[in-house]
Amino acid sequence: MHKMAETTNEVKFSEAAMAEIQRYINHYPEGRQKSALLPILHIAQAEFGGWVSPEVMDEIARILNIKPIEVYEVATFYTMFNLKPVGRHVLEVCRTGPCCLRGADQMIDMLKQKLGIEEGETTADGMFTLKPVECLASCGTGPMLQVRETFYENLDSEERLDAFLEMMRQKEVETPVWKK
Amino acid sequence: MAIKILTEHINVPGIETLEVYRKHGGYRSVEKALKTMTPDEVVEEVKTSGLRGRGGAGFPTGMKWSFLAKPEGVPRYLVCNADESEPGTFKDRWFMEHNPHALVEGMITSSYALGANTSYIYIRGELLFVLRILEKAIAEAYAAGLLGKNILGSGYDLDLHVAPGGGAYICGEETALLESLEGKRGNPRNKPPFPAVKGLFASPTVVNNVETIASVPWIVNNSGAEYAKIGVGRSTGTKLISASGNINKPGVYEIELGVPVEEFIYSDQYCGGIWKGRELKAVVPGGSSVPILPKNLILKTAAGEDRLMTYESLSDGGFVSGSMLGSGAFIVFDEEQCIVRNTWNYARFYHHESCGQCSPCREGTGWMERVLHRIEHGHGHQQDIDLLVSVAKQIEGNTICPLGDAAAWPVAAAIRHFRHEFEWHINHPKEATAPGAVYRGQLDAVTA
Repeated sequence: MHKMAETTNEVKFSEAAMAEIQRYINHYPEGRQKSALLPILHIAQAEFGGWVSPEVMDEIARILNIKPIEVYEVATFYTMFNLKPVGRHVLEVCRTGPCCLRGADQMIDMLKQKLGIEEGETTADGMFTLKPVECLASCGTGPMLQVRETFYENLDSEERLDAFLEMMRQKEVETPVWKK
Repeated sequence: MAIKILTEHINVPGIETLEVYRKHGGYRSVEKALKTMTPDEVVEEVKTSGLRGRGGAGFPTGMKWSFLAKPEGVPRYLVCNADESEPGTFKDRWFMEHNPHALVEGMITSSYALGANTSYIYIRGELLFVLRILEKAIAEAYAAGLLGKNILGSGYDLDLHVAPGGGAYICGEETALLESLEGKRGNPRNKPPFPAVKGLFASPTVVNNVETIASVPWIVNNSGAEYAKIGVGRSTGTKLISASGNINKPGVYEIELGVPVEEFIYSDQYCGGIWKGRELKAVVPGGSSVPILPKNLILKTAAGEDRLMTYESLSDGGFVSGSMLGSGAFIVFDEEQCIVRNTWNYARFYHHESCGQCSPCREGTGWMERVLHRIEHGHGHQQDIDLLVSVAKQIEGNTICPLGDAAAWPVAAAIRHFRHEFEWHINHPKEATAPGAVYRGQLDAVTA
């Protein structure tokens, strides 16, 4: 775990984000607002370019009135939270057994080849980050991957993979429903 | 025609909307339970039904409900486990995506039975698109007076919320789930105390799987006795099977418990047989954590009886010659698949997902992954197979939660039933690691 920098707390959530944050806080009994931490981390990640910095985590701690370490320890435990900058589209590719029976290994190799990056890396143009993940509960439609909230399934040929990459190159970053 | 309890209306256009859902009999169980039954009467019906936990453990639901402590003035909680992360399992995702109101209805009726006034659906973070669908359905239910204060004038109040996870298989374990719901790392708790006594926010809590809860409305509408008429023996009712792998028709199938395994694999009504004209090699019948079985043992028990899709039949033979129904994630392997590679893949999964609290799991899953990696990649040693068996044995039973067991069982089973394939990798590494290499050698008979 890298040493956390001193923060300046200049992070500010948008009004839409704060409304969504408050909505989740209201789901829990008085004094139990820490329960909203995971939903807030998702909101923060969508708000701030697909990753959460120490400054963002400190602001979350301030909002929830908990210590920064309580946010750091959660952000580092759960795999969905990116702790360093990522590309425009993070390709979360399923790499677990059932998808591999339908060709996921080959698809991941193809992605590495086509994008010229290894696992965890981002393309030079900042477009794609390759992030293999575990079973996404989509085994009937594998091989597949996830970008933000959307699943892209049945990527079972090179043609389909190429078409997907081409489509993503034209696509803006997905905005969550609370930001619209 | 087989009965469809969960999926009868799932293909009706607009079933995800309250209007269409209600038109097809939706929310009748809420009217019936809240207006004509006491909470205890609902619990009795669920007990009589023989419904068992559909997440994987198969624990009798009515019994779990009856364990709920009821101290005066202390809130109780019902938490739905929608964390679905067991490899091969996708039935809950599919069900919530297409029929969200069915889960909402189940949550209301079940919360009433348990005396919970605030309930949560904990859904894995990767399924935020399903969370949106659920929240939409919940908003419709509130607007219609099916949630909130004084539901349908019954005097019963219920608030229902959806809570996302963040990417952690371990949060499918009920106590790790509760930790996560409290905003913490998903480290399982020691039991006792059980959630029924001290669960969410230290209050009495019941945690149930999506499918379990979704089965409750039919039981309330038709009676537990009617539910118990379906199925075989102690495997009553219907089950959603997630069928994946090398079959012609992967997907979710609702079956009456008791369908023969051979029929499930080959009939066009279900999996439609093995793809590409290939032969069946093996099946993992209940999710990656349950023992893999070779063709001869998945179709028939060691005693030669036809295997059925029931808890009892799939467990026949224990772990020597049997497996488990588990989550009902039915993963099918054709003759070209490499058992060693698959075992390594699963071992990598468990190592990745170990929360790290218990040394046998944290270290043991790492060793199993590394040893399997070197066998798969042509650098295995003679002693590696026995080393794997030994490591698996030292994890089993020595951990706070079952993830350790879940990691150990697939390794032990793969070696038990496919040892010669592992030996081929070790003794003939060049052959085994050549591109497109397929093991065509002897498959083991089971030894006791």
